[in-house]
Amino acid sequence: MAPEPTSPTSFDVARSDDGRDVFSVSGDWTIWTIGTIDSRLRSVTLGEGAVLDVRGLRRIDTSGAYLIDRTMRSGGDVRPDITVLGAHPSAERLVEEVRRANPPAAPESAVRTGWVALLERAGRGAVDVWSEFIGILAFIGEAVAVLFGRLTNPRRLRWTSIVSHIEEIGLDALPIVCFLSFFIGLVVAFIGANLLAMFNASVFTVELVGIGMLREFGAVITGIILAGRTDSAFTAQIGAMKMRQEIDAMRVMGLEPMDALVAPRLIALLIVTPLLTFAAMMSGVGGGMIAAWAAMDISPRMFVERFQETIPAQHFWTGIVKTPVFALVIAIVGCRNGLLVDSDVTSLGRRTTSSVVQAIFMVITIDALFAVLYYLIDV
Amino acid sequence: MSFDAALDQDAEPAAREFAIRVRRLTNRFGPKTVHEDLDIDIRAGETIGVIGPSGCGKSVLLQSIVGLIQPVSAEIEVFGQRIDRMSRAERDATRRRWGVMFQDGALFSNLSIRENVMAPMREHLNLSVRLMRELAEMKVQLAGLEVEAAFKRPAELSGGMRKRAALARAMALDPELLFLDEPTAGLDPISAARFDELIRSLSETLGLTVFLVTHDLDTLIATCDRIAVLNGGKVLAIGELAEVRANPHPWIQEYFSGPRGRAAMG
Repeated sequence: MAPEPTSPTSFDVARSDDGRDVFSVSGDWTIWTIGTIDSRLRSVTLGEGAVLDVRGLRRIDTSGAYLIDRTMRSGGDVRPDITVLGAHPSAERLVEEVRRANPPAAPESAVRTGWVALLERAGRGAVDVWSEFIGILAFIGEAVAVLFGRLTNPRRLRWTSIVSHIEEIGLDALPIVCFLSFFIGLVVAFIGANLLAMFNASVFTVELVGIGMLREFGAVITGIILAGRTDSAFTAQIGAMKMRQEIDAMRVMGLEPMDALVAPRLIALLIVTPLLTFAAMMSGVGGGMIAAWAAMDISPRMFVERFQETIPAQHFWTGIVKTPVFALVIAIVGCRNGLLVDSDVTSLGRRTTSSVVQAIFMVITIDALFAVLYYLIDV
Repeated sequence: MSFDAALDQDAEPAAREFAIRVRRLTNRFGPKTVHEDLDIDIRAGETIGVIGPSGCGKSVLLQSIVGLIQPVSAEIEVFGQRIDRMSRAERDATRRRWGVMFQDGALFSNLSIRENVMAPMREHLNLSVRLMRELAEMKVQLAGLEVEAAFKRPAELSGGMRKRAALARAMALDPELLFLDEPTAGLDPISAARFDELIRSLSETLGLTVFLVTHDLDTLIATCDRIAVLNGGKVLAIGELAEVRANPHPWIQEYFSGPRGRAAMG
């Protein structure tokens, strides 16, 4: 693999007439060639006052010099200069340079293994989960406090920033939200058509699709898409700013990140999430309508009439009421994880992942809590 | 360093081979022309300092030579081979013979310093992990850091220590050619002076060819055999310090005769 043809690397240890060890090296001693002799050299021990013979030596670099120095010192020799036999333009100087840098033997790092390590990791993991939970709660409190402070003085809101976020997270997400909801509506309608036909009640597909989309799917699908799409963007944007010290620069200028970065994103999401959810509901119902038409001969007109008759507006409101809560959680989780990025690349990746995972987890958990609440208060 | 290159040092400069030859280099970014038919030769074994006003294309020249950007047109030879006509294998072989130190270090932030230095070794060499660790620790110390620094992450080191760590990584494969982009920028004067000494001593001991981009006049005086001044897309002047200094061009005169210049020249 060496860049140029090399001559074979070898060494020899002999005893000279005056009783000193002579360590003779020959061939190329460069980083490209020393791999072959490293293990054999480790077993060599030279006596006190050994002599280095470089008469056969060709090329040498710092890595070769390191190996020579390591071997020369194997007998406990720590003199600053070495005795060299023969002439070489750089060997002596290189070996002495390396000796001056004085590399000690590599300390073996103590890494815990087995059960202790497993327990340690499990413990750390549990503590991490708890401190994340507390951290999210604290951040929600802080953000809401800042938000209310801003809302009492709307002129200080950063409207340019808010509008650009609305475009990025709302308008740009509209196609994917509509598309996915449409297909979910379609699938629900087909399932309903098959099941309800067994009871000769396939016309109830309209209620199934309507109530399902309005109460649950519209809000949850939007929440999950925003959690995946928007949270990763928030975390990556803010995290990259954190890594490049832009956040520090903002702080020393008197710009609070909570105010300048978190508040506009939070407000944009609060505006956009209900609108996107409404679009998701409509496309879902549209998907159901088309499935009903195709599979059961329920015409769109009939579908709409039955929809109006049998589904009270209450279902729409129970669905849409959840969306500000989702918006709050998604914005908070994304921004918080971005601000927690350290200066290394790994933490950016880890934080982006945990941002998306936490947000999806919380959207579904909160949806379940709402379902329990609605059941208890009977709406 | 190679045996032959060491012997060459005694020979006449004209007899030495060139490490880098650049002919008719043109670089354009949109409407802005950075280089126009730029020619420069770098002799094997010399330390050359490239200076010039901000935005004159010093770093772009470095990036063109190491192949990070594709010039509009150029004939660039490194170790006597055209870089645009190399096969993949030749290109790999050339890359193993040079080391590049970027301005802000560009150390891999998720690896320790020792792992950073080991990264090119792992890629190109077939050495035992134990030997690679020993070599990496030796290089870290050779670059003037304590061995403890080898176990830290880049984020835990100060700016000056990161520069040294970056130098250790650039030296990982014992390259013949070393590119340094602003090696002393952002260092305090004492650290900068130590860094200059380090570069000088490494290049002398190892017979390295060093291509140095800098703003720092002290670095230039302390380390460089020759100086090249870039301005207006061309090499305005090239030669030893005294020759370049005698050039009547206003920028050069201002550079060396301004208050900072006079202080550095003593």
